[in-house]
Amino acid sequence: MTVSVEQVRYIARLARLAFSPEEERELAEEMSAILGYMQTLDELDTSDVMPMTHVLDLAGVVREDVVQPSITAEEALRNAPDSCGDYFRVPKVID
Amino acid sequence: MASYETVIGLEVHCQLQTHSKAFSPDSAAFGARPNHHVDPVSLGHPGTLPVLNRRVVDFAVRLGLATHSRIAPRSVLARKHYFYPDLPKGYQISQFEDPICTGGYVDIGRRIRLTRIHIEEDAGKSLHDQDPESTLLDLNRCGVPLLEIVTEPDLRSAREASLFLQKVRQLVRYLGISDGNMEEGSLRCDANVSIRKASRAPLGVKTEIKNMNSFRHVERAIEYEVARQVCVAKAGGTTREQTMLWDPIRQETRPMRSKEQAHDYRYFPDPDLPPIVVTPEACAAIKATLPELPDARHTRYVTDLGLPAYDAGVLTDERPLADYFEAVLAALLALDGAPGVHACAKAASNLVMGDVLRALKANPSAGFPVSAQRLASLAHLRMSGAISSSGVQELFMLMMTQKGTAKEIAMRHNLLQVSDDAALIPVVAQVLAANPMQVEQYRSGKKSIIGFFIGQVMHGFEGSADPKRVRVLLSKALDSPAP
Repeated sequence: MTVSVEQVRYIARLARLAFSPEEERELAEEMSAILGYMQTLDELDTSDVMPMTHVLDLAGVVREDVVQPSITAEEALRNAPDSCGDYFRVPKVID
Repeated sequence: MASYETVIGLEVHCQLQTHSKAFSPDSAAFGARPNHHVDPVSLGHPGTLPVLNRRVVDFAVRLGLATHSRIAPRSVLARKHYFYPDLPKGYQISQFEDPICTGGYVDIGRRIRLTRIHIEEDAGKSLHDQDPESTLLDLNRCGVPLLEIVTEPDLRSAREASLFLQKVRQLVRYLGISDGNMEEGSLRCDANVSIRKASRAPLGVKTEIKNMNSFRHVERAIEYEVARQVCVAKAGGTTREQTMLWDPIRQETRPMRSKEQAHDYRYFPDPDLPPIVVTPEACAAIKATLPELPDARHTRYVTDLGLPAYDAGVLTDERPLADYFEAVLAALLALDGAPGVHACAKAASNLVMGDVLRALKANPSAGFPVSAQRLASLAHLRMSGAISSSGVQELFMLMMTQKGTAKEIAMRHNLLQVSDDAALIPVVAQVLAANPMQVEQYRSGKKSIIGFFIGQVMHGFEGSADPKRVRVLLSKALDSPAP
C-alpha cells in the first residue's frame, strides 16, 4: 500500500494545508509506512467483529432540552478577526 | 416528453422545534438578533464538548415510527467535513453509516419508500449582499437540530414531489416536531432529478436542484429541469452530473459554479459523541404518545363518519382543525334530538369547512372564532330547519361578536324561519285556493310552476319560512288527487 505524492496533495488541499515538494515526498513515505503497518490487521478475520466507532465504553449520553444562559454577542464577536455590528465579517466567499 | 420517464428522489431537511440546540444549551429559537443565540460549542471553539439533546432523539423516533421506519437500537453521529465560513467547526455533525431510521415509507396515493432519516445540525447564515467587499455571518442557526429525510428514487413527476413534501409537512406538524414553515426555512428540499427512456431502463445521469423554498418552486424547478434534460437528450447530448440552483426570479435552473462542487466529505464517527441508544422500551413509550395521524383520521372520517373524501381531506389537513371539528361533532351529538352520526358529521363539516375556515383565513392569528360548543348549537339549529342557509351565515357572523347560543342570538335578530307544519299548512292551502288557474297548469304537467307557489307562501311569511319544507308541503298538496 503506497500513498502517492498526488494523493498527499489532494488530502492537503481538502485540509487547506500547503507543503513544499520535499514535505510532500516525506509525507507520502510516512503515510505509506503507516498504512503498511495497518495492513498487518488484514491477516485477522474480523468478519464477526462489530466495527468499533468509539474508544470509550459509553453510549446513550444525552442532556435535557433546556436553554442555559451562554455568552453574549459581544463576547462571541470579541475573538473574531473582524466584525460589523452584530455580525462576524469574513472575506467575500462568492462574487 | 411522453417518451421519457422522470425519476426523482428528494432530500428533505426539517428543522426541529426544540428549545435548545442539538449539541449545546444555547437557544434554538428563530428570529433572534444576529449572533445572540450562540455559545462556545455552536461557535466551534476548541476544547468544547457537544452533548446530544434528548428531545432530538425523541423527535427522530417519532418521525421514524410515523413513517413505519426501522428504528436503530444504536446509531452513530459522524463528522462531515467541508470548509465554509458559516460552519465554524469545519465539519457538520451528521449521521452517515448508521442513521437512526431506515426503510420507512410515506403514502401519497402511491407508496414512496424512504431510504433513511438521520439527525444532523444546521449551519449558520451567510449574507453576501450587505457589503460589496465581504460576507457577513449570523451563527444563531449553527447547531439547530435537523432531520434529513431521504427518499428512494420513487417519485415520477414534479407534482408527486410537491405532494410528498406537503405530506411530510403535514406529518411533522401533526407530530409536533417542526412548524414545517418553508418560507422561514424550517422545511427545505433538494431534488435529484433524472430522465430515462423506458421505466425499466437504468437510471439516467442525475442533477441535484437546490434552493427551492416553496411547494410551487419545487414543482416549477423540477418541471424546468426535466424539460431541460429532455432537450439535451433529444439533441443527442448527455446530462452532466452537477448541482443546479433554482432561480425563482428568472424561473430557471442554472449550474452552481463548479468550484462549489466536487466534495469529499471524509465522514468519520465523531469521537466526541457516544453512539445514540434507543431501547425497545423507549421506543414503545414514544409510540404511545403518537397522535392519530392524518391518514388514519382521513380513513375514519370516511368510513365511520360517512363524510365525502373531499371533506375528510380538508378537515384532517391540519391537526388543530381536525381536533376542533371533532369537538363540534361531540358537542352536537350530545344535544337533544340530534340525528345520526353521519348527518351530524356532515352538518358540522359544512359549517367548519365553510364559515369557520373563511373566518380563519380572514384572520389567521385570532384562532377559532366560535367555540366548538356554540358552533354545535348553530349546526343543531340548521338541522332542525329553524334557520335558512343564508341565515346561517348571518348568524355565524353575529356569533363571532355576541354572547349566547345560536338560538338566543337568532331570536334576538329575528333570524328564525318557520318550518313548523302547523303554521305552514294553512298558508299553503290559502295560496292554492287563491290561484286555481296555476294549480290547473301544474296538474296538467307544468311542474316548474311550483316556484310561483313557493314564492307566494314565502311572501305570506315575509320571507321567513323554510323554503325546503314549503316545497315538500306544496308538492304533497298538488300531487294528491284534486278534491
